[in-house]
Amino acid sequence: MDKMPAWADAVLVPVISVLLAAAISALVILAIGENPVTAFQLMVDGALMKSSGWGYTLYYATNFTFTGLAVAVAFQAKMFNIGGEGQALIGGLGVALACLYVPWPHWSIALIGATASSAIFGAAWALIPGYLQAKRGSHIVITTIMFNFIASAVLNYVLVNVLKPQGSMEPASGRFPEETFLPTFQQMFSTSETVLFRGSPANVSFFVAVLACILVWLLIWRTRLGYEIRAFGNSETAAKYAGISPVKITVITMLISGGLAGMMALNTTMGEAERLVLNAAEGAGFLGIAVALMGRSHPVGVFLAALLFGFLYQGGAELAFWTSIPRELVTVIQALVILFTGALDNMIRMPLEKIFLSFRKGDV
Amino acid sequence: MTDTPAIELKGISKAFGPVQANKDIAIRVMPGTIHGIIGENGAGKSTLMSILYGYYKADKGDIFINGKKTAIPDSQAAISAGIGMVFQHFKLVQNFSVLENVILGVEDGALLQTSLAKARGVLKHLAEEYELQVDPDALIEDLSVGHQQRVEILKALYREAEILILDEPTGVLTPAEADHLFRILEGLKREGKTIILITHKLREIMEITDTVSVMRRGEMTATVKTSETSPEQLAELMVGRKVLLRVDKTPAKHGKPVLEVENLRHVDEAGVERLKGISFTVRAGEILGLAGVSGNGQTHLLHVLGGYADATGTVRVNGQDIDLTGNYSDGKSRRARGIAHVPEDRHHEALILPFAAWENLIFGYHNDAAYQSGPLMNNAAIKEEAAQKMMRFDVRPPNANLAARNFSGGNQQKLVLAREIERNPEILLVGQPTRGVDIGAIEFIHQQIVALRDKGKAILLVSVELDEILSLSDRIAVMFDGEIMGERLPSETNQTELGLLMAGVTEMPDKDKPLIEVVNEQLEAKKRREEAAKKNG
Repeated sequence: MDKMPAWADAVLVPVISVLLAAAISALVILAIGENPVTAFQLMVDGALMKSSGWGYTLYYATNFTFTGLAVAVAFQAKMFNIGGEGQALIGGLGVALACLYVPWPHWSIALIGATASSAIFGAAWALIPGYLQAKRGSHIVITTIMFNFIASAVLNYVLVNVLKPQGSMEPASGRFPEETFLPTFQQMFSTSETVLFRGSPANVSFFVAVLACILVWLLIWRTRLGYEIRAFGNSETAAKYAGISPVKITVITMLISGGLAGMMALNTTMGEAERLVLNAAEGAGFLGIAVALMGRSHPVGVFLAALLFGFLYQGGAELAFWTSIPRELVTVIQALVILFTGALDNMIRMPLEKIFLSFRKGDV
Repeated sequence: MTDTPAIELKGISKAFGPVQANKDIAIRVMPGTIHGIIGENGAGKSTLMSILYGYYKADKGDIFINGKKTAIPDSQAAISAGIGMVFQHFKLVQNFSVLENVILGVEDGALLQTSLAKARGVLKHLAEEYELQVDPDALIEDLSVGHQQRVEILKALYREAEILILDEPTGVLTPAEADHLFRILEGLKREGKTIILITHKLREIMEITDTVSVMRRGEMTATVKTSETSPEQLAELMVGRKVLLRVDKTPAKHGKPVLEVENLRHVDEAGVERLKGISFTVRAGEILGLAGVSGNGQTHLLHVLGGYADATGTVRVNGQDIDLTGNYSDGKSRRARGIAHVPEDRHHEALILPFAAWENLIFGYHNDAAYQSGPLMNNAAIKEEAAQKMMRFDVRPPNANLAARNFSGGNQQKLVLAREIERNPEILLVGQPTRGVDIGAIEFIHQQIVALRDKGKAILLVSVELDEILSLSDRIAVMFDGEIMGERLPSETNQTELGLLMAGVTEMPDKDKPLIEVVNEQLEAKKRREEAAKKNG
């Protein structure tokens, strides 16, 4: 017998975690002499009550969806890819090269090309740790985190020495040609009377992220490869018994994971900055770990968790803007959410399981 | 003899959530007797013993030691109440000496020397009294399994245990070692110690116990004098219905060789040679039983034949050579050649426990075109087929959506057998088909294996249960230390002969020399060879 129903595991545990994190955050805000209720209202107003706020929330959520999916796919094979940051940086390089050096006739075709390019670059960056894990047993956690630093250094070099336009003082590529500019939500949804999503960076790549969620779900739960990935993740010895090659699955899973992380650059680099800058991944690669943990490595969960963190990012920015609550406090709130949903998961799960068990005992 | 039982349990109940593991258990064990507790897996034997040893706290009920009500909140309390426990999986520090292990936790004072000297004396005395000879200075990792078990018994006796509980003690022993263990237990009994023996082997219960309690589904269904019962009656009490203990089968009508193995060698990851040039043949329509104490290369043989361990030598299926370099993932091509494999380790190899039954029922065959529709898997068709297979193999509950981990051991094994046998393979490799399986399901599983044989298929049966080997096999090969020591016909051999072969003794020893000594010499020689190989590798 399972200890508690699936819905409780998928919904109740994360919701309680978030509420607990919120409660402690409220205490922290109280402690620095601010009103937590006003602070929360500010966050909601800034992130959710106006369309431009949504525009930011969804922009961040797009980043977190890609990186969250990347971590989630690797989790299915019980691999801990914490190199999303580096893979996203290199994915950005892929986007930049595609946008700068290929004459695209229209943004829609450019989007397809840049998606492929970012995925290939991100995947290539994940391939090396994946291969080392599969063939040499070098632990993926160690190698992927080291590859984040290498990616950062590579990007630095490429921007300063190769992509920087002549005469520019800034380590950034030149502006992408106009044909590659992605439509923003403002362009897509505003009518002549009302302007929606004014000035916000959310763009069409949000829908690519949603599509990626659907495709990942199909991949993991409806295809032979997904079956093999899950089987391998649950038991490597059983996978060998069934004729599933651990080397193949490790490498392929890392390629998919890296590809997804790389695609994050569509949103930041192609959709928002429209040129390649340093640190284009904005820490979203690391946040993807929290998103995947909270989303139980399920695409729907990842999407919802990405929305929550998008809200926290945007709401947190508002908070810093309108109150004397320091920006760092926002990080504290985010950290608390990560702590409760990721690290302290069992603290909530175990009492809940007991409660459900005692209910069931009552039934018997 | 007094009338006060050495140990008495009254009304012991323990529930884990909705599962009632022990229900109103009552038991009386007289001092100086051997009491057996028998029951299927999950009947509640281990829970009961864990309560007695202070690992779990009973929800209800009392424990009386020598007539005195005793609370046992932890294992320290159990030890001071005079209870000693020998677990199925030994709790020894591998790189400590025997002496150090014995005094671990009961050292007198901060300096070890006094305790060690004292223990040395006690051990010498115990060794003489109960045939419990072990070199006190040997490291545990250098001892054979049988000797390690003796250390566990010595540990309990050193703590002045009057009541000794042994949990499935013979599972890892050769028959000769098991016989020796029983002699030790007889000796302890003569000295007035009380012994509780937990086992699932009816033969052992009949051989050594004075009284026996049968557990079923958390309840104590009966306590009887061993002399007044029979294996058939005990089996019936365990399962709740009449059980066929003998396998009903006709003589084999064997045909041409299907699986031919020649000079097979395999070196494991630690560099130890596990298969040392094995050769045998399995013909169509026969069951070749491979007997042996676990850890003598049977597992590696199955891995090699199943396509997930490399080897050198020759393996032919229907006369065609098989590629043995297999890069650890050749299971797919083996299945294509008609080799089905029911692995020994159900939980780590045969099944993905969190997967639903229907997902497990295609495991290994999931590449089959019948299960695909376009780029996706045809889940509807897979579930449909799964439901039928589960019905034919009487898997309970017949719910294909249930995760494999939620089935009992017997039903998990039926899932695996359904998957492998329903493919109608040319060759079935089957390892420990009834390990951890309840008696009721054993009967069914044996019937299915015999039925496949009768369809003219070749079956290689690997089992550490000699009874199973003797009753199922048409031919028996015995494995020891990576080699096949000999082949026998079941009608022309017996437990003793097979037992000696299992310890690597191929010639009948002198009458003067006790069998156990011969066996021990062999086992220690094997241990030394392994050590040497490890050092060299």
